[in-house]
Amino acid sequence: MVIAIGFEGSANKLGIGIIEDDKILSNCRRTYISPPGEGFMPKETALHHRQNILAVLKQALDESGIKPEEIDVVCYTKGPGMGAPLACVAVVARTVAQIWNKPLLGVNHCIGHIEMGRFITGADNPIVLYVSGGNTQIIAYSRKKYRIFGETIDIAVGNCLDRFARVLKLSNAPSPGFNIEQMAKKGTKYLPLPYCVKGMDVSFSGILTYMEERSKKLIKEGFTPEDLCYSLQETVFAMLVETTERALAHVGSKEVLIVGGVGCNLRLQEMMRIMCKERGAKIFATDERFCIDNGLMIARAGLEMFKSGSRMKWEDCGITQRFRTDDVDVIWRKD
Amino acid sequence: MNLDNFELLQQGAEAKLYKGIYLGKPCFAKERFIKSYRHPDLDTFITKERMRAESRAIVRCKSVGIRTPMLYLVDYKRRIIFLEYFEEHLTLKDYIENYSNPKELENLAVDIGKLIGKMHSISVIHGDLTSSNILLVKKLPLEGFKSENCDLVLIDFGLAHTESSAEDKGVDLYVLERALISTHSVANEIFANILKGYRENYKNGFKEVLNKFEEVRSRGRKRTMVG
Repeated sequence: MVIAIGFEGSANKLGIGIIEDDKILSNCRRTYISPPGEGFMPKETALHHRQNILAVLKQALDESGIKPEEIDVVCYTKGPGMGAPLACVAVVARTVAQIWNKPLLGVNHCIGHIEMGRFITGADNPIVLYVSGGNTQIIAYSRKKYRIFGETIDIAVGNCLDRFARVLKLSNAPSPGFNIEQMAKKGTKYLPLPYCVKGMDVSFSGILTYMEERSKKLIKEGFTPEDLCYSLQETVFAMLVETTERALAHVGSKEVLIVGGVGCNLRLQEMMRIMCKERGAKIFATDERFCIDNGLMIARAGLEMFKSGSRMKWEDCGITQRFRTDDVDVIWRKD
Repeated sequence: MNLDNFELLQQGAEAKLYKGIYLGKPCFAKERFIKSYRHPDLDTFITKERMRAESRAIVRCKSVGIRTPMLYLVDYKRRIIFLEYFEEHLTLKDYIENYSNPKELENLAVDIGKLIGKMHSISVIHGDLTSSNILLVKKLPLEGFKSENCDLVLIDFGLAHTESSAEDKGVDLYVLERALISTHSVANEIFANILKGYRENYKNGFKEVLNKFEEVRSRGRKRTMVG
């Protein structure tokens, strides 16, 4: 029996979760929300995390019903992410690890999403579509690594949606992507947009520029903001489903797992479901509790690492803003 | 032409692939069936564009002697392209995993590089270079697959376009490198030899393209990733 606590704060979500083998004990989260029309900046985001982290820690411990002595390993997000928020969460993780005298493990954020997705859904060896505000990757496991088959060659899909939400001055609560999703449900008129797939890679910056430059004019011409949200979603999600299907065919896999914040978009899940059905594959997805950044995913990945014998020297437990998914040796998988 | 006497081989990423006979010749039919997950307008647009791209690139490659499947018929209405079928063939992916020895693979990789160099020198960008999209086709019906007895054939031009810029050619190479790394453990050696061949056959353009390639590579690999 192993109990792990995970600290996550690589972007605007601050989360702490506790897991005991396959049993979730707690998963608490707070989100820094910036004003409409603005994104979240490192300084303010780090401030938010500093002001809230001890309260979230207390809540996570209370809900789990365990005492710090019972914890076996402290895990935190080593990267990738924004420097300042990463650092302030890492400082707290390092501090409690010393106070409680527990080993410390730095976890790759993307690996956290993948292991959490596999744990919650029971997917065995899926093609993983990892879509969030900072990442867009199509990943498959092979030879002890999560290998990146396709990814965005510029901005992430979530970034594209978030920044379009800023153009329309949509609220950032609970998240800009959620508000785009709700608007898109009411859209009816489809506007053809640039469609950019290069092999298994995708590009979103051109679509964003196209929308930024023309939104005002298009709205004057009779498109509603809802129509624009709808057209944008239909286009970028079609690109993601197409490239995921390419990876499925290339690898010969029959499972798709969607993780990351954009992964809780129901329209994306629906499109992926249709594609999977057409080729006899199975789709796995989770809801916002586990899709969106959270502490439990770091605890889960850290737990797997710890159980398979992974230990880190104190001086290696820093942070890094750049940390590729395929840099991690996946020693806990036996296949 | 209808597909009554055709046999379904597999469902690829974009199309259902059938085998049959067209005017007495073994033929390969590629049906880009309707993808109901995407908006009908987008689906029609993409399908037409891809069929057009595929036909154009094949014709252009043929004109300089790059071997691709022969184009028999393009039926926009039913979304089917009829192409030459190769009886004795192997994908590069299968070949690398099951047949090759290091020396043979080195020569083969140089030849692949030459082929891509030639294609880029006539401004054809493939758009989806992977080890599944390069075939080894036997010249003579000999036993086993030895690369010196085979022709290299490029397939799957659905994402192809004509573009003379170094940027697009660089991306084309980057897509290939990434596809090899994610699929094969010997990817680095193969790709190094591919670049060697590429250099040989694309003398007046490779420098600029390789610079762009390095640039695209650094964008992807070292790009800051958040959240």
